[in-house]
Amino acid sequence: MTSELNQQEAMELLRTMLLIRRFEEGLIQTQKSGISIGHFHVYIGQECTGAAAIALLEPQDKIATTHRNHGHLLARGADPRRLYAEILGKAAGYNKGKGGTLHATVAGLGFLSTSALVGGAVPLAVGAGFAAKQLGERCVSVGFFGDGVLEEGVFFESLNMASLWKLPVVFMCENNSAGALGQSAGEYPGSTIATKQLIDVVAPFGVPASAVDGGDPRAVRDVTQQALARARNGGGPTFIEARTVRWPGSRPLWPELSTGETDVAFAWEPDRIPMAHRDWFANDGLIRYVRQLFDAKLANTKEILALDATVRADLAKAMRFAIEAPYPDPASALDDVFA
Amino acid sequence: MAELTYIEAINSALREELARDRGVYVIGEDVALGGPFGATKGLAAEFGERRVVNTPISEGAIMGLATGAAAMGLRPVIEVMFVDFITLAMDQLVNHAAKLHYMSGGQLGIPLTVRVQQGAAGNGGAQHSQSLEAWFIHVPGLKVVMPSNPADAKGLLTAAIRDDSPVICIEHRALYWTRGEVPDGEHTIPIGRAALRRPGKDVTLVATSRMVEVALEVAGTLANEGIEVEVIDPRSLLPLDLDTITASLRKTGRLVIAHEAVEGAGFGAELLAQVQEAAFDYLDAPIARVGAPFAPVPASPVLEQAFVPGAERLAGAVRKVVLGA
Repeated sequence: MTSELNQQEAMELLRTMLLIRRFEEGLIQTQKSGISIGHFHVYIGQECTGAAAIALLEPQDKIATTHRNHGHLLARGADPRRLYAEILGKAAGYNKGKGGTLHATVAGLGFLSTSALVGGAVPLAVGAGFAAKQLGERCVSVGFFGDGVLEEGVFFESLNMASLWKLPVVFMCENNSAGALGQSAGEYPGSTIATKQLIDVVAPFGVPASAVDGGDPRAVRDVTQQALARARNGGGPTFIEARTVRWPGSRPLWPELSTGETDVAFAWEPDRIPMAHRDWFANDGLIRYVRQLFDAKLANTKEILALDATVRADLAKAMRFAIEAPYPDPASALDDVFA
Repeated sequence: MAELTYIEAINSALREELARDRGVYVIGEDVALGGPFGATKGLAAEFGERRVVNTPISEGAIMGLATGAAAMGLRPVIEVMFVDFITLAMDQLVNHAAKLHYMSGGQLGIPLTVRVQQGAAGNGGAQHSQSLEAWFIHVPGLKVVMPSNPADAKGLLTAAIRDDSPVICIEHRALYWTRGEVPDGEHTIPIGRAALRRPGKDVTLVATSRMVEVALEVAGTLANEGIEVEVIDPRSLLPLDLDTITASLRKTGRLVIAHEAVEGAGFGAELLAQVQEAAFDYLDAPIARVGAPFAPVPASPVLEQAFVPGAERLAGAVRKVVLGA
């Protein structure tokens, strides 16, 4: 499963995935401790997709993402201290507290925006692809969005333009089967759309499309690599559907650690997984990946536990930094209305 | 100085900015063909369809594409064919173009220009004749300009393209073929500076877009009746040059506001509020607003004419403010 990854790369991917999982868990616990964050969206269960795909990007590449952005920012190298600070509304946040969890963005890491409008980031990603092509840069624009975006008209307008003009864009649809109010019984995909397969929707536009298991880093890597190569070689856009299973704690607006904190030892001691959550953890990309590393002898339990402990310790420090950081000067609310 | 039509002045601004800055792109429906009114005529031939880009009929994605491209450092100038169609692009305009700079804490710049035309002329009916400028001045992050003559059409559009914030340049379709002197070569007008169109001591008449023409006609008529009307054209509704207006009120003590948009919740309501906050002591009479009645724009020539505020109604409002009931 990690044929293209050497041991160091495999462990780096694990580190990113753990970083995202623990970051989100830490956020939920902070909210529970009484520190108000407002409503926010977590990336738990989707770590494989963002971590594997973003690891392939070059420094000049652009990303447009959504309200479910923490994982993408961290995978691209955002500093957890400044990201936590932004989410807590502190002056030290990446956006001086103006963006918050829904709009946290880091232009220096190639982020164009994080839009909380379903479908909002898609034309922005296409615009970045347009600009990249005009500027003659070997830059690819990747738009991350959920399956609900295929219910919005602007998605089709954007897909049409990207295809007509062969723009270097990757449409990365993260189908987490989670609509804002959950999934109706028996529906597939989780969105409310009159198609059996999301990828069928883009075929008539002449955009190559594939659906992969979003919890399988190798699968995500393979299709993303192909999409990036096609974009860089002038072949135009690609649509990828990365399927993940909805995390039970992802309630509509206020996530709860209903599955408890993830125990990486679930990977090698599955009996420790609480009975109520066995189905979810059986599909969890993080636990599956840890098991694969363990089985392939790329890492032993001690190394995995040590890495997890380091990530958690760093994040605890990052959260402390954010909690202790000062709020912005109220007068700064009026800064940056105009450039 | 050359005498140009309003639409030629727009064309001239686009041509000069395309030539001056390689980051400028003209994007929109049929722009490579010159557009429905000729604003982009000849530009594709001169600069190529790489920079004068025809799009599908997809206002939302055009606005989003231009916003994303602007975040990458281009200076897109998009054309939305009628302001009525901008409804289809409001999410990208209001939630994205206007806010990305702010939400990112100043990290992202959106040097985007949106050209759009509006107004009741030619019996287009309710979906081709609205005046919607008040929507845009309600959105923090957007600048809004409304040129009333060819020189301003060129100068304000040039300034808009060079501005680092999103600017909406609202043209009036009925002005497209009016002629006027336009300075040769580079011509910019700072966004946020009003123009005194006619001095007078009895009453200040603030008029926007095509209503400037009507206001000047009314000022001429009333001069014969002994009423000296000072006509001010704000040119930019946001930012607004309130100082020029209050300075005029200090002299006249009376204010009439004229625009073609419906009166309710219009620019006039906002200006009225700002004036009474900033210059209440200068006022000797209640402020009057003259705009369209609160109805969709009708199609029939007779109904359309009744809808658009004309010289007679405006003169009546000015007389009432000056002479009392």
